[in-house]
Amino acid sequence: MSSDLRDLYQDVILDHGKRPRNARVIDGATFTQPAYNPLCGDKGTLYLTMDAAGEKIADAAYVGQGCSISTASASIMTDFVRGKTRDEALVTFGLFHDMITAPPDEASHRAVADLGKLSVFSGVAEFPARVKCATLAWHALKAALADGAPKTVSTE
Amino acid sequence: MKTLTAAAVVRPADGASVNPAEVTPAPLLDVTAVRADFPILSTEVHNKPLVYLDSAASAQKPQAVIEAERQVYERMYANVHRGVHDLSVRASDAYEATRGKVARFIGANSPKEIVFLRGTTEAINLVAQTWGRANVQKDDEILITALEHHANIVPWQMLCEEKKARLVVAPINDAGEVDLEAFEALLSTRTRIVAVAHVSNALGTINDVTGMTALTRARTRDAVVLVDGAQAVPHMPVDVKAIGCDFYCFSAHKMYGPSGMGALWGRKSLLDAMPPWQGGGDMILSVSFEKTTYNEAPFKFEAGTPNIAGTIAFGAAVDYLNGLGMGSVAAAEKDLLAYGTGALASIPGVRMIGTAAHKTSVLSFVIEGVHPHDAGSILDYEGVAVRTGHHCAQPVMDRFGVPATIRASLGVYNTRADIDVLIRGIRKVQEIFA
Repeated sequence: MSSDLRDLYQDVILDHGKRPRNARVIDGATFTQPAYNPLCGDKGTLYLTMDAAGEKIADAAYVGQGCSISTASASIMTDFVRGKTRDEALVTFGLFHDMITAPPDEASHRAVADLGKLSVFSGVAEFPARVKCATLAWHALKAALADGAPKTVSTE
Repeated sequence: MKTLTAAAVVRPADGASVNPAEVTPAPLLDVTAVRADFPILSTEVHNKPLVYLDSAASAQKPQAVIEAERQVYERMYANVHRGVHDLSVRASDAYEATRGKVARFIGANSPKEIVFLRGTTEAINLVAQTWGRANVQKDDEILITALEHHANIVPWQMLCEEKKARLVVAPINDAGEVDLEAFEALLSTRTRIVAVAHVSNALGTINDVTGMTALTRARTRDAVVLVDGAQAVPHMPVDVKAIGCDFYCFSAHKMYGPSGMGALWGRKSLLDAMPPWQGGGDMILSVSFEKTTYNEAPFKFEAGTPNIAGTIAFGAAVDYLNGLGMGSVAAAEKDLLAYGTGALASIPGVRMIGTAAHKTSVLSFVIEGVHPHDAGSILDYEGVAVRTGHHCAQPVMDRFGVPATIRASLGVYNTRADIDVLIRGIRKVQEIFA
């Protein structure tokens, strides 16, 4: 496999793509946010439960169908954001987005350094056609936390 | 028809068929020579030779088409139908000559039955917005099939919404063929328009549009039949008079011509009776602030300065296909389809979507345990360009219970070696996702 492909399809991504974590419905979630990528037909629903103060994400889950990149991204994201505050999660969205869309300059390198486990997706930057796959669940997260409106979020 | 072998293809300088032992109706296609006509085929993708298997989305362009467009701008460019100066006359002559070429290519009676448009989508919308709005009324029905491209669904939905008419859909079977009995049963005196694909873009199914037109004539009062020929014209001889339909729509970019070009063929009597669509220059005879007199068909549907260079290059694409011979094209692609179908069937875990008895060279499939987008990225790294997704035919995907497919679609320049690269790529996909 070429190094670019190996960067895209890292073992962690293949593993989460095949066996997504947190792939369950949360009954009574604070936010139930549909997500849809009209380009490929990927769709899913993000569930977020906030803590009593409404500040921290107590639980996160995602149910949907999609490619390995979008499935793994949702899986790792739901692990990652549990325990984070609303603001921390939104800042992470920005860093994640920068990492996979920005040219490989200083800013995106800094983003990779800050993202810990999420940095396995840095290889997506070499595959512009797959950016939407990697960000579908994240757009749902942003939509839920930013305004909490349960309208379908689209990558388009 | 005898199966042809691409490797044995030879065409001598005089263009006649060789190998007299072969009893075939058309000369063999010299694919090596054809490939040399397409500059892009000698490029690389990810440091691998390009294997272009996405001609159903859009076909590549031969040098003759590229050169024709360039020649227009270098030697004869001016606006058409407007000037007395020499350049305008030459540009107008070349533009109108293309109308004749396109008319002959699909067996039309007259160049005046050819309307130049941006493509199939615009042609269908034109019919929906002119003939449709003038003739469809509340509770009328528009019959389509379950294998249509979105372009042959949405314009009718918009018309139905406006007119409070009903969209009726004839089902397809598990092979991806229209159920003709069900189709016939859905025809009635309420049917005003029947709109069907000649060939399914997602599945490759060739519909019996001649039979469907005959059924429409028998079962309806005076419904019109529109055929979406976008995926047929590049792959087989088409004769609109033999089909018997009323409108036939197709795109230049799928037939090795320029993008943003296409044509609507319509019966002259229908085109004459239809109201104009867009207003502007060239579609009028005279204008005053009190009254405008419209030009005759086809000009009344061509408002504004058209895609002049694109139209003339469209003519070059028709010349190119005529040079190959559509019978030869169909025979070569039939051979390649059989080879590709067999090769895909030999891979465990690969399932074909669309197994109609009559197909053009479309290989739509899914790989067990692998999303088409993942397969598409890996194949891309092998230099193989395929389409992955719903192919603007989401109802077809729903029918087969898949979110998307991988579609390898073949053209005149494809070879068995291209299929072999695809097969190796699929094995690589399966290794990564094992």
